[in-house]
Amino acid sequence: MADDLTVGAHEHEDRKFTLNFGPQHPAAHGVLRMILDLDGEVVERVDSHVGLLHRGTEKLLEYKTYLQGLPYFDRLDYCAPMNQEHAWCLAIERLLGVDVPRRASFIRVLYSEIGRLMSHILNITTQAMDVGALTPITWGFEEREKLCVFYERACGSRMHSAYFRPGGVHQDLPQDLIDDIWRFTETFPAVLDDIEGLLTENRIFKQRNVDIGVVDRETIMAYGFSGVMVRGSGFAWDLRRAQPYEVYSELDFKIPVGKNGDNYDRYVCRMDEMRESVSLIRQCIEKMPAGDVLLAGSKVSPPRRGEMKTSMEALIHHFKLYTEGFHVPEGEIYAAVEAPKGEFGVYLVSDGTNRPYRAKLRAPGFPHLAAMDHLCKGHMLADVSAILGSLDIVFGEIDR
Amino acid sequence: MSDREALAALIDGLDARMSHGLKGHDIMRDELTVHVAREHIVPVVRFLRDASGFSFETLVDICGVDYPERPERFEVVYHFLSMQLNQRIRLKTMTDEQTPIPSIVSLHPSANWYEREAFDMYGIQFSGHPDLRRLLTDYGFEGYPLRKDFPLTGYVEVRYDDLEKRVVQEPVQLTQEYRNFDFLSPWEGMTNVIPGDEKAETENG
Repeated sequence: MADDLTVGAHEHEDRKFTLNFGPQHPAAHGVLRMILDLDGEVVERVDSHVGLLHRGTEKLLEYKTYLQGLPYFDRLDYCAPMNQEHAWCLAIERLLGVDVPRRASFIRVLYSEIGRLMSHILNITTQAMDVGALTPITWGFEEREKLCVFYERACGSRMHSAYFRPGGVHQDLPQDLIDDIWRFTETFPAVLDDIEGLLTENRIFKQRNVDIGVVDRETIMAYGFSGVMVRGSGFAWDLRRAQPYEVYSELDFKIPVGKNGDNYDRYVCRMDEMRESVSLIRQCIEKMPAGDVLLAGSKVSPPRRGEMKTSMEALIHHFKLYTEGFHVPEGEIYAAVEAPKGEFGVYLVSDGTNRPYRAKLRAPGFPHLAAMDHLCKGHMLADVSAILGSLDIVFGEIDR
Repeated sequence: MSDREALAALIDGLDARMSHGLKGHDIMRDELTVHVAREHIVPVVRFLRDASGFSFETLVDICGVDYPERPERFEVVYHFLSMQLNQRIRLKTMTDEQTPIPSIVSLHPSANWYEREAFDMYGIQFSGHPDLRRLLTDYGFEGYPLRKDFPLTGYVEVRYDDLEKRVVQEPVQLTQEYRNFDFLSPWEGMTNVIPGDEKAETENG
């Protein structure tokens, strides 16, 4: 009898333990190491160790010309590479005080929305896999593959595109590519319906996601959330609407918002955002004017190849642009875009030379992951991976 | 978006109600920058968050900038966003290697990681931070990589040692020096003396 009593007392002590999660774990969405303090199955504290993918992008940018720095942005959030390039180009263009040609603006919006589709497909289906649904990822990735091909046909690369350039985009889109993107927008909503059919009313999916990781107004403000993390809680905050850039102010789109701010609402938000993106892509194709795609006759854009064959000036300009690069006037700027994961910003300090003095990249996932401790407290161990998936974490941009 | 008058109104309100601690402001390219004395950063941030007509509740970013030639070499830049006003504001303060800046974690929990990052990258100290550890660099890393005097290639490189069965750190060895071209003046700055010429002259003379 006495023995039983001591066992009971120890049992309470034994419930507390520390679990090491990651850095190599399929549900960590990259290389995240978390030290979880558990009381039985209940999470008491999360200590995230990040930086395993730290490549020193900000340091590297200080040693490259503005144009050479651009491809590093593909390697931040590699789920939607062009959205990152966009912020970089906007920052440079605002410092230079140049406007991009209208056709380039439409192409940028078109490809930003394709990036949003790519990112959301990846996030929704992998998050579903984290909670046990295996089919959506196969259906989603079939479509994502088509989008990668659109990337490839525009710029020659499926992921690391380096397509957006200060002053426009690198090359014009061929008409058959635009036609194919249009055909994609006709078939894609049906696939979204299929994925929704698998998940939206799925009993297991709802049990794992409804009322898990609830984000309220205080959390949003205190932890600096942006993007779907804000909209899932019912606030219609979207930089494309609030602080429009490019041609978003001319396009018609809705901002889907959630109600409860839990994982499930964020899933629904992302689903609806994809439908809005499809509509935006169609509007871009319909409204896209003909014309230049790169600022003609400026110091930031290279001369066209045909011109270089005949003009000595053009040849010199081309050589100077790709060795010395262009100079950006002294000053500082913060340029932000609504990336699929939230507000992606570039704080750029220029000292008037051909290289940035300082470039700080504000990744949306960074504050989201920093709030993991707050969000997971009191949840069960199994919810950690569901919440992590719902935050839409990519380590390329968090570790930089 | 943020037009000039709205920003001017904002700065007037700030000057009238929170004058001490502000060291000036400027509006460049439709962006408002306010320079704040280091010791007043917490009251100013609290005012921006709580005062009516401001509500800069979202901390967007904190980052350091290094100017080695200045007596106080680090500039710490805070970006705030007000979703209500749809405005952004930038606060700037200065410090050196030793002097800590009051932490704003108690006002904005999101500052926790941003300040840890600034500490990790620049060695900027924040007083009152609950847990000022390195964030992004490796366990046991030494030095502050984003300082201007830290070389791009770093000091150590790591590899897996098959004999010791662990990852070892060694001084970085480059087969070729990192090439840093003087792109600033490849044309205009061409001098008559080409590097290396002086040797030939001394040999002849």
